[in-house]
Amino acid sequence: MMPRAKLMQQKRDAAAELLSARPLPEGGVWARAARKAAVERLQAMGLPSKRDEYWRYTDPRRLTAADVENADQVDTSDEVPIFEAFDRVKLVFVDGVFDAQASDAPELAGVEICTLAEAARADLHWARDAFGVLEARGQDPVPRPLASLNTAYATEGLLIRVTGKAEKPISLIYRRSAANADAMTHHVIRLEPGAELTLLEDGPVAARYNQVTEIDLAETAVLNHVRAQGRDHARAGATHLFARLGAQAQFKSFTLSANGALTRNEGVIWLDGAEGSAHIAGATVGDGAFHHDDTVFINHAAPRCESRQVFKKVLRHGAVGVFQGKILVDQVAQLTDGYQISQSLLLDEDAQFLAKPELEIYADDVKCSHGSTSGEIDQNQLFYLRARGVSESDAKMLLVLAFLAEALEEIADPDLAEDLRSRLEAWLKRRA
Amino acid sequence: MLEIKNLHCELEEDSEVKILKGLSLTINPGEVHAIMGPNGSGKSTLSYVLSGRDGYAVTEGSASLEGADLLEMEPEERAAAGLFLAFQYPVEIPGVGNMTFLRTAVNAQRKARGQEELSAGAFLKIIRAKAKELQIEPDMLKRPVNVGFSGGEKKRNEILQMAMLEPKMCILDETDSGLDVDAMKLVSDGVNALRDAGRSFLVITHYQRLLNHIKPDVVHIMSEGRIIKTGGPELALEVEENGYTDLLAEANA
Repeated sequence: MMPRAKLMQQKRDAAAELLSARPLPEGGVWARAARKAAVERLQAMGLPSKRDEYWRYTDPRRLTAADVENADQVDTSDEVPIFEAFDRVKLVFVDGVFDAQASDAPELAGVEICTLAEAARADLHWARDAFGVLEARGQDPVPRPLASLNTAYATEGLLIRVTGKAEKPISLIYRRSAANADAMTHHVIRLEPGAELTLLEDGPVAARYNQVTEIDLAETAVLNHVRAQGRDHARAGATHLFARLGAQAQFKSFTLSANGALTRNEGVIWLDGAEGSAHIAGATVGDGAFHHDDTVFINHAAPRCESRQVFKKVLRHGAVGVFQGKILVDQVAQLTDGYQISQSLLLDEDAQFLAKPELEIYADDVKCSHGSTSGEIDQNQLFYLRARGVSESDAKMLLVLAFLAEALEEIADPDLAEDLRSRLEAWLKRRA
Repeated sequence: MLEIKNLHCELEEDSEVKILKGLSLTINPGEVHAIMGPNGSGKSTLSYVLSGRDGYAVTEGSASLEGADLLEMEPEERAAAGLFLAFQYPVEIPGVGNMTFLRTAVNAQRKARGQEELSAGAFLKIIRAKAKELQIEPDMLKRPVNVGFSGGEKKRNEILQMAMLEPKMCILDETDSGLDVDAMKLVSDGVNALRDAGRSFLVITHYQRLLNHIKPDVVHIMSEGRIIKTGGPELALEVEENGYTDLLAEANA
């Protein structure tokens, strides 16, 4: 075992090397200050290492290496684009760079949309109260150096402020172009009291990507977030969602992941006001060279809040799934209702699921439960379906979709849930 | 319709455990046969071997449906060929709606037979009518397959599936177990409504009372993996009155 001090030095040296190789982007006063603070955080904590407590199951090297591996693009031209049937404001990124030409006009009643590039040039912007601020808060108690790296260097992203009830969803579409693009995007979403928004994200982003989304929900605000990570097999990415909820705010986040050589999705949520509600869910389908990691931290910091974590992974042919989920209940957070479930369906003996569920509770009157299971297709269910005439492959698909259903149920809008379910069915059919 | 000749089977994982030991049985179109017998005589195994469940190895003999070799077929092919097993313990499938399940099954069989798939609308119309006959609430169609169903609801759901799939050869494996008198009548009425000249039934049961409702043409007594006696409905009454002891002694004599 390497002494702690030596490991820390190695991590810091690695960060220093990375930082020395690239200068900080230009920007106005607020952006420069936020980026400089992020660099300092990164210098202090160093780059992630496989020896870190929350990186034991996932090797971070590909996410921090100087060179980006080429990632072939899956041809999806014969598929109906995801969310196609929904009226929405489409904002397009190509290899992580905002493409105004390909996007709709960023106009929606009750919503201000501004690019990070544009906002960062100004000396003052509303986003300064959130940009890098929630990320910085998210570094304690567990360091998340990739997020600080993002705050320091990201020049692309959107700053979205919602003051009313948005009449249609904002849809972020991430297209790819180059075989080895390295994308960094940083979004800030701020909902004022009583505001409502549905935020959609889809697409493979880039060969490698690092995304941070900071979400600030004032009291009684409602944000529904639905994300579909694209199908490219060889891409590698890390995403962080940092969300702060005021009193009676509601946040629902769902992520569908299929394919991807390496994906690390972190969710950090603070329930800061009484009676807030946060649901974070994921449905993952992995086949072959696939490593997918969901790392979630929910902090109940106020009384009478509710949280749910529902993560389901279907794995085969050597695919690896990781779930690290924690519910931390502060002493003041009486009458907390916390629920966490992580389950995997292993379709063969090569697939692997690693789960680390954690509860840390300092209040004495709470209801918290967590469970984690790994299983195979139920042979009795399979025979029952086949005895009714359903082919073995269709029967397995029905059972796989049934397994994922609990996660899909976390999508607030049933039409969106059905869109993703039918998409999943088509993907599974293709690979059956 | 169904022809079973000298069928022998053992457990796949333990060939020492022989379950069927030379069972022969012929069921003609339109006939209702009952198989009775003590626990462990191999009645349920017979239903599983015929429907193609894993875990059993057929070592000798044959089983055919309208001349086609059942034992060579996958379970879904047997279903498409017209075989239906009403399970003794219907399986719960969380996350799959009952209606979705039934429509998938009906259309899979239609497709296998080269028929056109039923549209959602046409399917809905048929299932609503059949569900009503079996006093199945619309709510039960929306719920996940058999999840939270009572014993009676599960068995009625089996009969609903049978009615929707319109098989030629129906095997009812202890469909009466776990049913009260009213539920048994409801299920039996459902079965009787399906009786016709082109459809045959094999009713596996411990008790004669089910046979008061579903009147068999032929009754077989099964013991230790074979049919030991065959007769008319009076044989079932004899079992009800005297138990199996005399019949078994007679067979062993």
